[in-house]
Amino acid sequence: MHLLVCGGTGCNASKSQEIAENLKSTLTDKGLGNEVQVILTGCFGFCEKGPIVKIMPDNTFYTEVKPEDVADIIEEHVIKGRKVTRLLYTDPENKQHVADSKHMGFYKKQLRIALRNCGFIDPQNIEEYVGADGYSALAKCLGEMTPEQVINEIKLSGLRGRGGGGFPTGLKWEIASKNHADQKYVVCNADEGDPGAFMDRSILEGDPHSVLEAMTINGYAIGATKGLIYIRAEYPLAINRLLTAIGQAREYGLLGKDILGSGFEFDIELRYGAGAFVCGEETALIHSMEGQRGEPTFKPPFPAQSGYNKKPTNVNNVETYANIPIIINKGANWFNKIGTEKSKGTKVFALAGQINNVGLIEVPMGITLREIIYEIGGGIKGGREFKAAQTGGPSGGCLTSAHLDTPIDYDNLIAAGSMMGSGGMVVMDETSCMVAIAKFYLEFTVEESCGKCTPCRVGNKRLHEILEKITKGNGTMEDLDNLRNLSRVIKDTALCGLGQTSPNPVISTIENFYDEYVEHIKDKKCRAGVCKSLMQYVIDPVQCVGCTACARNCPVNAIQGEKKMTHVINTELCIKCGACIEKCKFNAISIC
Amino acid sequence: MTKIKSLADLKAMKQSIQEKIDTRAKGNAEGLVQVKVAMATCGIAAGAKQVMDYMMAETDKRGMNVVFTQTGCMGYCHAEPTIEVTLSGKEPIVFGFVDLKKADEIIDKYIKDGELVDGIIPVNYETINK
Repeated sequence: MHLLVCGGTGCNASKSQEIAENLKSTLTDKGLGNEVQVILTGCFGFCEKGPIVKIMPDNTFYTEVKPEDVADIIEEHVIKGRKVTRLLYTDPENKQHVADSKHMGFYKKQLRIALRNCGFIDPQNIEEYVGADGYSALAKCLGEMTPEQVINEIKLSGLRGRGGGGFPTGLKWEIASKNHADQKYVVCNADEGDPGAFMDRSILEGDPHSVLEAMTINGYAIGATKGLIYIRAEYPLAINRLLTAIGQAREYGLLGKDILGSGFEFDIELRYGAGAFVCGEETALIHSMEGQRGEPTFKPPFPAQSGYNKKPTNVNNVETYANIPIIINKGANWFNKIGTEKSKGTKVFALAGQINNVGLIEVPMGITLREIIYEIGGGIKGGREFKAAQTGGPSGGCLTSAHLDTPIDYDNLIAAGSMMGSGGMVVMDETSCMVAIAKFYLEFTVEESCGKCTPCRVGNKRLHEILEKITKGNGTMEDLDNLRNLSRVIKDTALCGLGQTSPNPVISTIENFYDEYVEHIKDKKCRAGVCKSLMQYVIDPVQCVGCTACARNCPVNAIQGEKKMTHVINTELCIKCGACIEKCKFNAISIC
Repeated sequence: MTKIKSLADLKAMKQSIQEKIDTRAKGNAEGLVQVKVAMATCGIAAGAKQVMDYMMAETDKRGMNVVFTQTGCMGYCHAEPTIEVTLSGKEPIVFGFVDLKKADEIIDKYIKDGELVDGIIPVNYETINK
């Protein structure tokens, strides 16, 4: 028998270590030390009900265990084989105790569809993919379905583009199929560029064949024989695995001429991107593939009308493709039962920031931010307070504690002033300054703007300058109006998606954290202690013993004071490097 | 070279592979152990490759019957390198923060005697049944 005790940060803070030790010593006392083992595990993600103790092999899941419960667990469960009912998890819906963790709703929070094979099969071995039902969707399409039926199935599934915009995939395919030409193209957009996002890379590295299979299905549906994957050169491992996968698919006759004896021909090549963020925009991506500058052009014409080499082209994102084979296999009516009314299926998020379980998660649409942060993500680091979650990268905005219980889907996120984006989710707590966050994203946009249109090239630069001014403590209330107005102008007039969404981080932080902006401007204060220019180092005269350690270590000689007398920092000279705080043994220096 | 020329070929191949994978997942009479190592960029950067090489060499040295597979990202970025060990007839167990020392412990205790060691990552998701 094994007793698993959660050793995650949250449970640790509520004495799980002590519980584990109590269990061990009690077991030794009872002479069971050799038969029953106590194991510390990683976070169960269920921190809200921690500390967690799980008994194996019967899967009993005890919640909110205290060190004094140890005796009961051992006496009752381990020795007598009776479950300690009062420690069992109570189902919030039917108020019944759940004995076996497999029946807990909590384990149904995450559902892996796009990531179904990631972490399960060997990505470099096509046979493992075939064994996991791989290429059977392609076989079904080629053998039993007409291209129209394939498109209808995707339309019926309600799948929307996972790259950020959320355009209905089936509709996109239909438009491309209706444009006739001697040659059409299928393009997979693997130019993942949002800071903190790595969903697409993980799919390509963990399950490359699913993308190849889906692209082939896409080719069959719209009548294209050539597929291109536009992938950033910074993803060497993903490129490597894709090349291996393409080679194997060709060898097995799943790419090339006469696939599965159907007469259908399709092949895939890679195109490498140099990492420009704007190349994730489909028209810019196509220009980059053609060997031109990666700059967007006005739509229409849409790529479905005139794309790569002026031919009808269908561009979809990696995660969108990863969903296709399973929709064909299990049917649109299976897929469209998952998720919310207008957003079907699941979404992969790269969870990052001040959260305990940083990682890749896949959740059904309609899940709340609270569930993601507190039940999957294991809560905020150090037990601090949640402040905001940034979704949608530089094009998105911030969700605050007011949005914790909003079901997450494409439309709700837009209504909340953010967007789904490709799936980066950066969680922030009170140590993050929202003005600095807006500045960070603007810095990114200024860097990545291609420069073709004025609103984006010049407008974002001005936004960044105003934010810089505010974080330096020189802002005025008028700047806030300017930020708002300029943001609106950029949104309305920029040429492509990058420019049209780039002011979102500014708008959303002003909207949700207006007080914090005002504090920066009026009180010259940054409550998170991030904006250096607004911080002041002061020596507490009560604590200071006059040891001179700070003065000796100050690189700019900003600290004055006689030996054994209180020292004083000259704020005019101080460069806020923090050297004095490090050296002070008496905690006499603080930042305010 | 196995060319798949028709749907029947694909089905036949799937069948034969599935049997192999099933044996691997459920284990067999000889007590075959399967170890999956998460080898996406993040895992490799955290040292998954060294761990896999080390474990392969060690289990080989001790004459243990272990099959190693590299897989993609398991999603536990906070606990890389991550490995999943499936003992014959048992549920898979995921271990996080596997360095060489931990790898040794896993081989010595879990793979050899079925004794769990600290550092288990509880799996909290469902995958669609295929």
